[in-house]
Amino acid sequence: MSTNNVSITLQNTEDARPIVEAITADNPDATVHHYPAMVKIDCPGHLTISAESVGERLGRDWDPQELHLSVISLSGNIDEDDDHFDLSWN
Amino acid sequence: MAVTALKPGYTGQNLDAVENFGPNQLVYLHWEKHLMFCAALAFPFPPEMPFGAIVGEVLPQFYGPHPDFEKIDWSTVRWTLDGEDFVPDLEASIGSQGVGHKSMLRFWTPGLDGLGDSGA
Amino acid sequence: MAKKIPLKRKYEMMTRGLAWDTTYQDMDDVYPYDKFEGIKIHDWDAWEDPFRLTQDAYWKYQAEKERKLYAVIDSFAQNNGQLGLSDARYLGALKLFLTGVSPLEYQAHRHFAHLARNIRGTGAQVAAQMQSIDELRHAQTQIHAISHYNKYFDGLHDFTHMHDRVWYLSVPKSFFDDAVSAGPFEFFTAISFSFEYVLTNLLFVPFMSGAAYNGDLATVTFGFSAQSDESRHMTLGLEVIKFLLEQDEANVPIIQHWIDKWFWRGHRLLSLVGMMMDYMLPKKIMSWKDAWEMYFEEQGGALFEDLARYGIRPPMHAEQANNEKHRISHEVWAIFYQYTHAAGFHTWDIDDEHKAWLSAEYPDTFDKYYRPRLDLWKQMAADGNRYYNMALPQLCQVCQIPMGFTEPDDPTTICFRSREYQGDRYHFCSDGCQYIFDHEPEKYIQAWLPVHQIFQGNCGGAEIPDVLNWYHLNLGVDNMAYEGSAEEKIWNDWMATRRVGAART
Ligand SMILES: [Fe+2]
Ligand SMILES: [Fe+2]
Ligand SMILES: [Zn+2]
Repeated sequence: MSTNNVSITLQNTEDARPIVEAITADNPDATVHHYPAMVKIDCPGHLTISAESVGERLGRDWDPQELHLSVISLSGNIDEDDDHFDLSWN
Repeated sequence: MAVTALKPGYTGQNLDAVENFGPNQLVYLHWEKHLMFCAALAFPFPPEMPFGAIVGEVLPQFYGPHPDFEKIDWSTVRWTLDGEDFVPDLEASIGSQGVGHKSMLRFWTPGLDGLGDSGA
Repeated sequence: MAKKIPLKRKYEMMTRGLAWDTTYQDMDDVYPYDKFEGIKIHDWDAWEDPFRLTQDAYWKYQAEKERKLYAVIDSFAQNNGQLGLSDARYLGALKLFLTGVSPLEYQAHRHFAHLARNIRGTGAQVAAQMQSIDELRHAQTQIHAISHYNKYFDGLHDFTHMHDRVWYLSVPKSFFDDAVSAGPFEFFTAISFSFEYVLTNLLFVPFMSGAAYNGDLATVTFGFSAQSDESRHMTLGLEVIKFLLEQDEANVPIIQHWIDKWFWRGHRLLSLVGMMMDYMLPKKIMSWKDAWEMYFEEQGGALFEDLARYGIRPPMHAEQANNEKHRISHEVWAIFYQYTHAAGFHTWDIDDEHKAWLSAEYPDTFDKYYRPRLDLWKQMAADGNRYYNMALPQLCQVCQIPMGFTEPDDPTTICFRSREYQGDRYHFCSDGCQYIFDHEPEKYIQAWLPVHQIFQGNCGGAEIPDVLNWYHLNLGVDNMAYEGSAEEKIWNDWMATRRVGAART
């Protein structure tokens, strides 16, 4: 598997905050870059967003499709299902 | 294949054929190493125009604002026409010495390489 | 409560589950456009949207995005948000964006509707339908921004008319015309993959973040709202490419050529964005060079390593594009600085602080090549002789930008390339543009080049004021030097009033 960075950029909003928190907790290799109005997260090879982990921070069920409200940009191959949203390079 | 088209045999039309420019043809001029002028310049010139009108009228009008312009020694200027070395005849018409439609004339002024030799 | 249908199953039901093959009419007659490019598809069902977005969820999330967006736009309008801008110079970047890009959103809307009807795979049809609606939404929200800014500032009063006529707007216009006049798979490769996946980050992300930094809440909000759709479009772009490459080996060279072509088309188009980032944002977010390194060299590099397994290599002229990252923003600014009298926005002289920033960001090129001319222009303006180039520039036959780009190995020499085709000469700004012409000369000989059209007498007259009339631009109001402009005056007046107001409270 490649170790090139995958990347996700989210808006700097309330909706996105628990997602960013879940990503940093669940992906120890992730690096978070802050810019005006946005947050870019890079991670070597693979990055996962767990619906359960975001849900715990939010105090309710979280559907990975809610990501559509916050995401600005992506880099990597996507794998999405009911419980996760993953990015990876082969 | 000159184009990928749904209809076999499709052809396009050149919007800039010389006939579309009335009595003129397009000529491009460029003074090398003086990128204060961001790009080559385009002109509609009649082919009968003497080359001397380019040197005597057009260039001073449009390149005159550069401080190097008045320092040019025209006897040392090197020209190319459409990529080939070229020695213009100032008396003869541009058309008679091979300056055609959409020809490119570039000239170099030895010793003058722009503001502080920056090429600009 | 009914049990929730798993995502994968729902996606299947809402795409392939809704489709049928025609029997009264031959499928090739119903879908006449998806074969002539030579692309071979054996199994349309292999097409999968990785987001697995279905219409029901689509409307739910889009409605939510719109609610949020218009709340911000309304409050921006109510509270005179335009007064919170960092400086009125910022508007130059915004005007270029709104007149250059917003009409493309509408073009994208139309063409994705066309694809939704004319591609025979259901997954692809559904994705194209959604994207068509997204792009219409982008056009609408940007027109709302135009409408707001048009109340206070110059140059935005007739953007659709201008898009069809103004010389530099022919750059984005012809870019998109090129794409929509190609077949469906080239369009996908051009717009969904090469532009949206590979390059659009460079347009929207640093630019919108820059808008935020410069106090333009309206733009950052419509920009990020659009960009949240964009990440779906990007994903579609990558998906299309992988799908086409997996379907048949014969597709690989066709796709590679399109990637080579559209990477270069996009790179040239984005040189305008480079100028906005380096020269037109009063508060800078990152240099064009840094953005290029982050989004093309790093992210694009990872992408093309990933695609190598299909036999795809990085775009043919990628090295040249990397090489140009030190130059193009400066080269394009030089064009707009000296032709601002024919544009719909102002340009200005660069102050010392800004020059110091450029020098730090571009240590290899700025002081050596670009500072001297900026200094001269500033001096000329101080002497009451602000420099305007009164001749018209030579344009590239393909990208239609004035031929201001330089040789790969020499930033002081313009890159001239030319070809003869059927007895006529054509000129190009680069090896990339020449390569594009060489593959389809019958297409590019038809280019409507603004400078040549003016000389043919098709643009209202021979003098600049005639042409500007024909553009619907107001000479000396919408354009020319920012210093001394009506826009500068009104801005300074507003700021003075605000300072007085602030002192009172
Ligand atoms: Fe869009
Ligand atoms: Fe899009
Ligand atoms: Zn070009």
